[in-house]
Amino acid sequence: MKLPLLQVRNMSHNFGGLRAVRDYNLEIGSGRIRGLIGPNGAGKTTVFNLIAGMYKPSEGEIFLDGEKIDGLPPHRIAAKGVGRTFQNLLLWRHMTVLDHVKMARYSKIRYGLFGAFFGTPGRNREEAEIEAMAVRLLDRMGIRHLADQVVHNLPYGAQRRVEIARALATEPRILLLDEPTAGMNPEELVQIMEIIRRVHGEFGLSILLIEHRMKVVMELCTTIQTLDFGAVIAEGTPEEIQNNPRVIDAYLGRERAV
Amino acid sequence: MHRNILASYSRVPLLGWFFGALAAVALERLAGTHLAMVLGLQKIPVLFGLSDMIKSPVQIPNVIGYLLIVYVIPAAVVTRLSISPANWIADLLLRFPTAISAAVHLALLYAILHVWSGISDYRVLVLRLTLIAVMLTLSLNVVNGYMGEFSCSHPGFMALGAYCASVLTIGLFGDAELFGAVSLPPALGPLLFPAALILGGLVASVGALFVAIPSFRTRGDYLAIISLAFLFIVKSLIENLEFVRGPRGLSGHPDWADLPTVFLWTVLCVWSINNFVGSTIGKALNAVRDNEMAADAMTVDTRRTKMAAFLFAAFWAGIAGGLFAHVMRYVNPGNFGIQNLAEVLAMVYFGGLNSVYGSIVGAVSISLLGEALRPLEIFKWIIIPLLLILVMIFRPTGLVAFRDLDVANLLKPKRQPDGEA
Repeated sequence: MKLPLLQVRNMSHNFGGLRAVRDYNLEIGSGRIRGLIGPNGAGKTTVFNLIAGMYKPSEGEIFLDGEKIDGLPPHRIAAKGVGRTFQNLLLWRHMTVLDHVKMARYSKIRYGLFGAFFGTPGRNREEAEIEAMAVRLLDRMGIRHLADQVVHNLPYGAQRRVEIARALATEPRILLLDEPTAGMNPEELVQIMEIIRRVHGEFGLSILLIEHRMKVVMELCTTIQTLDFGAVIAEGTPEEIQNNPRVIDAYLGRERAV
Repeated sequence: MHRNILASYSRVPLLGWFFGALAAVALERLAGTHLAMVLGLQKIPVLFGLSDMIKSPVQIPNVIGYLLIVYVIPAAVVTRLSISPANWIADLLLRFPTAISAAVHLALLYAILHVWSGISDYRVLVLRLTLIAVMLTLSLNVVNGYMGEFSCSHPGFMALGAYCASVLTIGLFGDAELFGAVSLPPALGPLLFPAALILGGLVASVGALFVAIPSFRTRGDYLAIISLAFLFIVKSLIENLEFVRGPRGLSGHPDWADLPTVFLWTVLCVWSINNFVGSTIGKALNAVRDNEMAADAMTVDTRRTKMAAFLFAAFWAGIAGGLFAHVMRYVNPGNFGIQNLAEVLAMVYFGGLNSVYGSIVGAVSISLLGEALRPLEIFKWIIIPLLLILVMIFRPTGLVAFRDLDVANLLKPKRQPDGEA
């Protein structure tokens, strides 16, 4: 049996008395796009934060390619190949677009503190390599002309692209996208879907996608999980999910028979 | 016509400005005393005449005349005339590695400072203290600017460096009975001095470890509080150590911290800090400051980044402290208190956060201003804070914040946009 790339087993998480995620299971194979939907407050972003190590799960285990990653600090998990974007765009407001992408190479830098202090030739060579790689990546995302801009001046759609480019620069094996289309106009929406498809195709990445717009999820994902009150209530293909009565209940509320 | 003259100065490379400044200070050295007499001044105005103007306002026109004749006009003329030769030399230097070009520029800069300060011992002292202030400000900017935390322990690190270096040099070379009658041959001195300074810097880094370990577990105000406590602990520790003569302080330092030595250490400090903050590892500080969660998700080891930067900053504060002790040739715990902290913080925030230029501007302007306003005595401490408040109102991040020091770009020859030399 082929091991799934990312496997989450019986994961639960409590915030004080609130059980935000309960008995959550997930398996994603290489090169799959999986959707994660659910009403507001269902625990979707918490699942991301648990996988990426921002929170430590109260119970359960997480494996990346068979290796246990829960309990590791977030930067180690990221370096092992879990890339992510954030729902509310966590960019570094004083840094340029190019520096964002270069920064994501942090764990791969070999020159160390000594090189940083003394500007050794090795450091200069490596910085040049990182820069060339970052420029290539910006080129592929169509934002190369913005390389020297400081991010907080950029339009929203461009900021999203910077965030995705930055996540890709960490060389992830799985990408966690948290509502990549939030706040976008229809034109930007089409572009970002195109980018997600391209990223999936060219980089061969597995993607876990939180999304509110059904159109996007239905078009991009092969399978979808629905979360409500921290628990998975349905899992299946887009068609199955669309017609699942429990999903409809979760979103629209149950009609009470009098 | 008027605009053309001004525009022509945009083609002056750094080298040209240096030529102009060198001409001005050379003129002062050769003819300054005579010119001052002709203008009715008793002697050469020491710090650009600021303190003279405050002492006797009647002489303001004379001082301004002196400044124009000795500094502004010769510098402007020579700078203008040197545009093409300076560009030619800068072009020539471009063919060699940047290090050689940088060395030539630094040598010129040193020559300017040397000639300028040769007029009086007071200038030499002020200049050395200013250079030390640059080191302190820049190293504090790494923590308060680049990393965005608020550290108050810089005078404490300075004290650790100062006392460590002092104990070594006085004990091994001076006549004090710190280590009994051990006295090494004085010829070893210049070799041992850098080692003593570096040891002082390392001791300061170890001290920084005690601040960093508890305070970098979380963000927030903890660092400010813990580092302030650390400052007081260091101060009272030294006050109560009879080994270093407590509050009476140590004196009798060998006279090793002359202008070239201090200049060299300052250059080293600026160079290494500029290297650090320009590298991706150093820029991780900005990422941690702007959003720590995003930095974590982008594989940045935030704790290591913060620790390294804090210890590095403390190291340079320690070196600056060691130099300070040897410039004054006397240290006591009173040198490293709240007053000193306030001065360094003022330099950092006045000059500009997250900027090597800013730290240099802040340190130089506040140090010179502090010296120049000395005749006003206590009012000095009303004027400088007032200036700081004005800067905070009109430029909240400081005068030249968020500017990288791009050495290669700085040393380049300057041409017209169409490539005409």
